[in-house]
Amino acid sequence: MKKTTTLLTAAVLGGAMALSPVHADDMRIALVVKALGIGFFEAAAKGAEEAAAELGGVEIIYTGPTDTTAEGQIEVINSLIAQKVDAIAISANDQDALVPALKKAMSRGITVISWDSGVAQEGRQMHLNPSSNSLIGNMIVKMAADQLPDGGDVAVLSASATATNQNIWIEEMNKVVGNYKGINVVATVYGDDLSDKSYREAQGLMSSHPDLKAIIAPSTVAIVAASQAVSDAGKTGEILVTGLGLPSEMAGHVESGASKSFAIWNPIDLGYAATMISYNLAKGEATASAGGEIGMGRLGSVTLSDTLDGAMSDPFVYDASNINDFKDIF
Amino acid sequence: MKLSRDTLLCLALFALVGVVYLRFPEFASPASLLGVFNDTSILIILALGQMAVILTRCIDLSMASNLALVGMCTAMVNSAVPGIPIPLLVVMAMLLGAVLGSLNGILVWKLDIPPIVVTLGTLTIFRGIIFLISDGQWVNAHEMSPSFKALPRLSLFGLPMLSWVALLSIVCMYVLLNRTQLGRAFYAVGGNPNAAVYTGIDVGRSRFNAFVLSGALSGIAGYLWVSRYAVAYVDIASGFELDVVAACVIGGISIAGGMGSVAGAVLGALFLGVIKNALPVVNISPFWQQAISGSAIIVAVIFNARSERRLGRIILKQAEQT
Repeated sequence: MKKTTTLLTAAVLGGAMALSPVHADDMRIALVVKALGIGFFEAAAKGAEEAAAELGGVEIIYTGPTDTTAEGQIEVINSLIAQKVDAIAISANDQDALVPALKKAMSRGITVISWDSGVAQEGRQMHLNPSSNSLIGNMIVKMAADQLPDGGDVAVLSASATATNQNIWIEEMNKVVGNYKGINVVATVYGDDLSDKSYREAQGLMSSHPDLKAIIAPSTVAIVAASQAVSDAGKTGEILVTGLGLPSEMAGHVESGASKSFAIWNPIDLGYAATMISYNLAKGEATASAGGEIGMGRLGSVTLSDTLDGAMSDPFVYDASNINDFKDIF
Repeated sequence: MKLSRDTLLCLALFALVGVVYLRFPEFASPASLLGVFNDTSILIILALGQMAVILTRCIDLSMASNLALVGMCTAMVNSAVPGIPIPLLVVMAMLLGAVLGSLNGILVWKLDIPPIVVTLGTLTIFRGIIFLISDGQWVNAHEMSPSFKALPRLSLFGLPMLSWVALLSIVCMYVLLNRTQLGRAFYAVGGNPNAAVYTGIDVGRSRFNAFVLSGALSGIAGYLWVSRYAVAYVDIASGFELDVVAACVIGGISIAGGMGSVAGAVLGALFLGVIKNALPVVNISPFWQQAISGSAIIVAVIFNARSERRLGRIILKQAEQT
């Protein structure tokens, strides 16, 4: 039964492909996402197309299940194996469940990498992280420092006190804060990823630190709440809010001026980089080995760690100049 | 001299502000205290609704989910039809909240299911519906119309509209509970349901009315919450129902029903509000913050339990001790 479904899918996909003008010698790279219809991944597909156009002779197959399940992705992978694609770049719904299917793909000579959300090491040749903890930690304080040429007091408004990601980013931030002249971290408070508590903590920061110049919020709930608290307090322009947020959620606050800039991964770059890496690996122009470098076109190159993963770049900075292009995407 | 519980709570509130004042003098400035009141407004509105329900020996755990669902609906309506008059939207929010509340009321009244079970169920059902209608997406600040966000911030005689809504709710609730048949029925039903039946009060219907009331107040609070924080998503106000119950308990509303005052509920909410607003400025570790809020509740409950016992309703216990 499973086999017939796979064959059928393959036949349908094959039929669809026959209609589009594909050259037999084109390299076919499959961009497999967690689920179709998610703005973030649609944007990644846009980046993949950009890479394909730049490379020439590359066809992108943008595919994924209709809901975010590992089973759905396994079916997709099997049909891609049947189509004999050259490379699979996947954002996984499950770290381990996809390993057997992806191993099978690799044994057929298909290049397999994961990006965004990784698979276990034995199921892929390399994994591309959108960024790294140290790059994020640096970026959140850099964005504040860039707006404060004379330095000043800044405070951190995080998620909960036990949130692993945020704690690592804040730790990395504190390591490099000395590189930014005059920037002084006066407090770290926790909004528990609740709008009302984050809002109140932001108000507390403003009243207990009269000289506060910026609030750094490395959490999507906190950055929105802090922006609202700053504009409600009439301190837009005096106190700057920055950190990690999503363009759709922050668009209103960038417009109001409460936040000048914030960062998060750029899905377009991510799709672009995943395609470039897949191409280079499939062409044999690079190999995935510890310490090895793989080219990513306009984004430079990625250096792999011992566990064969690498960080693409600094988080991408969004501000008034580009937020309108992204606010409808994710 | 025996002080009334409300006076006692009032003194405790002053003492609390005093303690914070010692560490952070600016906290006690009039502007800052008005800010605290404004921040606590939503909690006050909800506590008043919860109080009506608790008076009838029931409990409404679905208030925060009701708030979130109504908030999401109003935000979605506003982003779909930005031109909609805001007063109309507020009335819609209140009606939708009342409908959701009546759902609780019907189940408690007609099917005689324990209120804690009913509202635990609707708590998750309402959250689930938010996910279904929103698809897990946020409604963000730039998708809301400026007038939608402006209303709670609109300043009237120096106080934001949010605070005025809370004050209005307090007055209405005071009149309702003390001057109307409906309000007295709440006390009667909770104080002694059997006696209430003999006086001609329909116990089930009174409970139903209390749930509709708490639903309507949750609905208004839903709009206020979403416009104040300028964001609506599935998890807003998650866990807030516990704060509401805590405010009532601190305010001396007896969980056993039939006892409590509007002043108590308001003071209880303000007590929590002061703690919530003070902790960020006095610079206490986040791990201590939760413990402090929790201790305040326990202390209040001990107080209430003691003062209820002072009425000496159980004579046999005293006999045992001798």
